[in-house]
Amino acid sequence: MTINSVEGHRPEEIRAVPLRHPGRWVATAVLLVLAAMLVHDIVTNPRFGWGVVGNYFFATPVVDGVEKTLELTFVAMAVGVVLGVLFAVMRLSPNPILSGAAWLYIWFFRGTPVYVQLLFWYVIAVLQPTISLGIPFGPEFVHMSANSIVTPFVAALLGLGLNEGAYYAEIVRAGILSVDHGQFEAAQSLGMRRTPLMRRIVLPQAMRVIVPPTGNETISMLKTTSLAVVVTYPELLYQTENIAARTYETIPLYIMASFWYLLMTTVLTMGQYYVERYYARGTSYALPPTPIQRIRRNLTTLRRVPFSPGGLGGS
Amino acid sequence: MAEPMIRAEAVHKRYGLLEVLKGITLEVAPREVMCLLGPSGSGKSTFLRCINHLEKINSGRLYVDGSLVGYEERGGRLHELREREVCRRRTEIGMVFQRFNLFPHMTAIENVVIAPVLVKKEAKAVATTRARALLDRVGLSSKIDAYPNQLSGGQQQRVAIARALAMQPKLMLFDEPTSALDPELVGEVLDVMRALAEEGMTMIVVTHEIGFAREVGDTLVFIDEGVVVEAGVPREVIANPQHERTKAFLSKVF
Repeated sequence: MTINSVEGHRPEEIRAVPLRHPGRWVATAVLLVLAAMLVHDIVTNPRFGWGVVGNYFFATPVVDGVEKTLELTFVAMAVGVVLGVLFAVMRLSPNPILSGAAWLYIWFFRGTPVYVQLLFWYVIAVLQPTISLGIPFGPEFVHMSANSIVTPFVAALLGLGLNEGAYYAEIVRAGILSVDHGQFEAAQSLGMRRTPLMRRIVLPQAMRVIVPPTGNETISMLKTTSLAVVVTYPELLYQTENIAARTYETIPLYIMASFWYLLMTTVLTMGQYYVERYYARGTSYALPPTPIQRIRRNLTTLRRVPFSPGGLGGS
Repeated sequence: MAEPMIRAEAVHKRYGLLEVLKGITLEVAPREVMCLLGPSGSGKSTFLRCINHLEKINSGRLYVDGSLVGYEERGGRLHELREREVCRRRTEIGMVFQRFNLFPHMTAIENVVIAPVLVKKEAKAVATTRARALLDRVGLSSKIDAYPNQLSGGQQQRVAIARALAMQPKLMLFDEPTSALDPELVGEVLDVMRALAEEGMTMIVVTHEIGFAREVGDTLVFIDEGVVVEAGVPREVIANPQHERTKAFLSKVF
């Protein structure tokens, strides 16, 4: 074997004829035709009622419904996250009563449809006409009618939040289990007790596993709030159906609502990206660029070097 | 003679039906450096983990600085200690792991500061000053704001040593501290440990570094299949092992 380390000589750059991809051109043509047909139908079919979509898009009840949808989404998610962390930590507790209770909660709320849970909260007054505070099985101090406490908002919040708590507990549990066992041991060997160990060492690391499904759950929750129609909470879909019941323009109104949902989930998706970046600290050498950084860099590099072989690196 | 820092009397440890420690009896004096040697699976790491109660022993007695590990003897019976007390005693024992186990979401200095602040309720400024001094001592004053994944294995292990020292322990346990390192990085970690030994820290070191055991260790204990096979002055044990198993092991390690 000869090793020749003569420097300076560099063979000329390879300029081969690129491989042809006829299949790609066929697929592109087929898809373009289908897309053209779809667009043609959407534009020319009067039953889509684009005018109606536009007219109602910023109507007061609709914007009101959007606000209520967002409000319910975030409050119910907050309830779900708090309950989820609580039940996940309970579930992993060495205390069998605590972990058993958490198991039971998750079993029940994950095992029944959220729609049915909402219906139950809506008719809770039938089951429990009054709610009172006092000593268990002893004297009661405060009486309230269930109907005055469990308003449509509270019913929607309880239904969605408790259900979310059960799902979220499993997400958090998976996150905690994903943390290397050595981390627990290192923290224990420094004399940390269970609560600070969880809060300062384990949960921040579990976040990397917890955050992506949290974005997913939030987006899912945003759409699931539409089930709050059954508890007469006036969110987006409720308002949409209200208008449709008056004007019979059902399809354009559902299209309008769908656009609103798409808009909101798009914004949430973008937010999720940045939250994930934050929790990726200390896990990758260099964070990937944000879309804005990427566009800016692409623009500058495009201008300066139109073609650079192997220029895909750096991300 | 003064009270030993560690006294183990017939320590047994089982995992289900598998008996890992079959009666370990030994003593470690204050300021002593004891090196534990033995094939993998011999129980030396398990013994180390029993000392700060990461593992519970099944029989025998284990004392650190005169008090029983994990239990309290009252009225002729052993009572389990509360979590608070177990944790308080762990603060007096530093531990360094084979895989470093630094907290990856914190910078080097945050790794060193967190336990004194969180566990001992030290003022953050005080803990930070000491952390800087400790990181300087292990030769990492230029890396205090680096995250663990930006550090080499040797640097990470030195941060881990500083983290353990930040609690001002009276005893340090090292569980194969250089086994996960590239050969060229072993030296920098051993240097830190040697300096620590010279300052008079009581240390138990599970290691395969025969050279370190010979030069720094006061005693060398060879463990196999959960029992102490041979113990003595490192130089003598290494040069002239008495038992067949020790001979066989040393001939393979060299």
